[in-house]
Amino acid sequence: MALLEVKDLAVSFATAAGKVQAVRGIGFPLEKGRTLAIVGESGSGKSVTGRAIMGILAENARVEAGCITFDGQDLLKLSEKQLCPIRGNRIAMVFQDPLSSLDPVMRIGPQITEVSRLKLGLSRRQAREKAMGLLAEVGIPDPRRCFQQFPHELSGGMRQRIVIAIALAADPEILICDEPTTALDVTIQAQILELLARLKQQRGLSMLFITHDFGVVANVADEIGVMYAGKIVEYGTSREIFRDPRHPYTRALLAAMPDLSTRGPLYAIPGAPPDMTDPPAGDAFALRDPDAMVIDYLRQPPAFAVSDTHWAATWRLHPDAPGGEEHG
Amino acid sequence: MAEELLRVENLCQNFGKHRAVEDVSFTVYKGEALGLVGESGSGKTTTGRAIIGLYRISGGEIFFRGEKLRYKGAPRRFLPEIQMIFQDPMASLDPRMTVGASIAEGLVLSGLKDRRQIREKVEAMLSVVGLRPEHANRYPHEFSGGQRQRIGIARAMVMRPQLLIADEPVSALDVSVQAQVINLLQDLRRQMDLTVLFVAHDLSVVKYFCDRVAVMHHGRILELAPTEAVFERPIHPYTQSLLSAIPIPDPDKEQQRRRVLYTPAPPEPRQMREILPGHWVFCSETEEKDWKSGKKSR
Repeated sequence: MALLEVKDLAVSFATAAGKVQAVRGIGFPLEKGRTLAIVGESGSGKSVTGRAIMGILAENARVEAGCITFDGQDLLKLSEKQLCPIRGNRIAMVFQDPLSSLDPVMRIGPQITEVSRLKLGLSRRQAREKAMGLLAEVGIPDPRRCFQQFPHELSGGMRQRIVIAIALAADPEILICDEPTTALDVTIQAQILELLARLKQQRGLSMLFITHDFGVVANVADEIGVMYAGKIVEYGTSREIFRDPRHPYTRALLAAMPDLSTRGPLYAIPGAPPDMTDPPAGDAFALRDPDAMVIDYLRQPPAFAVSDTHWAATWRLHPDAPGGEEHG
Repeated sequence: MAEELLRVENLCQNFGKHRAVEDVSFTVYKGEALGLVGESGSGKTTTGRAIIGLYRISGGEIFFRGEKLRYKGAPRRFLPEIQMIFQDPMASLDPRMTVGASIAEGLVLSGLKDRRQIREKVEAMLSVVGLRPEHANRYPHEFSGGQRQRIGIARAMVMRPQLLIADEPVSALDVSVQAQVINLLQDLRRQMDLTVLFVAHDLSVVKYFCDRVAVMHHGRILELAPTEAVFERPIHPYTQSLLSAIPIPDPDKEQQRRRVLYTPAPPEPRQMREILPGHWVFCSETEEKDWKSGKKSR
């Protein structure tokens, strides 16, 4: 059984422009010791998904439907008080911008110890020892010195290491990483990704890795879910998604991304993501897909299985679709 | 050799005690796209901004079409022939100005008074960048990120510049929109005979867009060569390290990727030296000899 399972999750936001349907019925399992990457562009609903699991949605958000099962309980049904021993303890989160997740006027040490004192009930001294251990574990060269420093005295990469140490302070089972390397330089990004891979190995962590960058995903993911307009349009193992993408959006996204071996003109996806106050009927990507079929505009495609571990929600996989199964 | 458009000689830019750019020299030839790459703090953005004249430079000289444009103590002078586009199109557009007025601003400043003529130029440019003429009456917040960057490009291109300095023009955009903007810039290069100085941290985009690349680190150019040479046969250890850090969107190749770590060599007198034809590297005499003879950089 999956460690955590999201089912039919739908989240909307009340805004001045109307109700934004950010997440429109998604589901996936997160298995123990695995990394699931959710890949999508801004507005696809990927971050909202992570926040829904953590129970930290914004004030104007509303969970319309679905459940998030963890350890036999539906996290969405728990009260703040019931959620407290889970959030931060068993499920922790790392955000994109390390500077805004740290308290600028508090030394690094107390920012880590406050978690393990509050969440694990450690004494001041135990918490301090644990914090030193965590700082060493996340690759801080001089934990003693760092303990006394303020966030502004550290580089971006070091700050993100601290944020990770804080997330680990209560020994969580699940780590949700929301664009953890997006704000970092490429060499620092590589270091942080190596660190996350090592922590996953050593601690047997399960990770939900939220990102817009397919390049980063190839490095970290066991499974990948591709999100577009509030839905998961394709799900499979990392190799299946990269080697045999089936949804037109996954294909377009992979083609639009220049990598070091790209030659010839770059494929540009026409148009822009849809307005989520009034999401299109049918396959939301149809409007940007030059090869869309009539049914793509009319009816929501179900998930068609490609293999035991791979599915895509596109009418192109319907047995009656022109071109049939084989599609490039 | 191609015609020289811009020449930067020994450019230095200090902010207080901080040396953001140190002794940087390069030439941009007419029609080419030169990439200026580096990590944050490398001085790449500062170099672009110094060229367009946002700072009074601390040292060196910048020539445009052979004419000395900037030097220490030079009066501020802006040329319509050099235009710039920025990373965050929302921050570079005035939210209270219509898109048309924003695009027309440069024309008005350069002395054009005929309203009809201005309007025509603005509308024509909107079409060139893939927007509609009636968009001129709208405000920036009504547009998506990609469209806003198109507006930024229209604003620069309406001046018919010869040199466009593009500072991270696509890094704030989603992948699906990035390609549209890159392809638009490619088209403009061809159609309007444009030369581009492309400042970016994303090496994949630079490799795709640029003819030559200069790699910057701590305010200096460490390697300058045709794009293919930089990516296929990098010589400076920093370039090798930087390239090895780029994630590859392919799980199998990604598993084989080995990261090269960069440890700066002990200080020695160094300068830009031509190791292979057109391939310049910042190095000492010994390093030059080693690298010329094909010995691997450490």
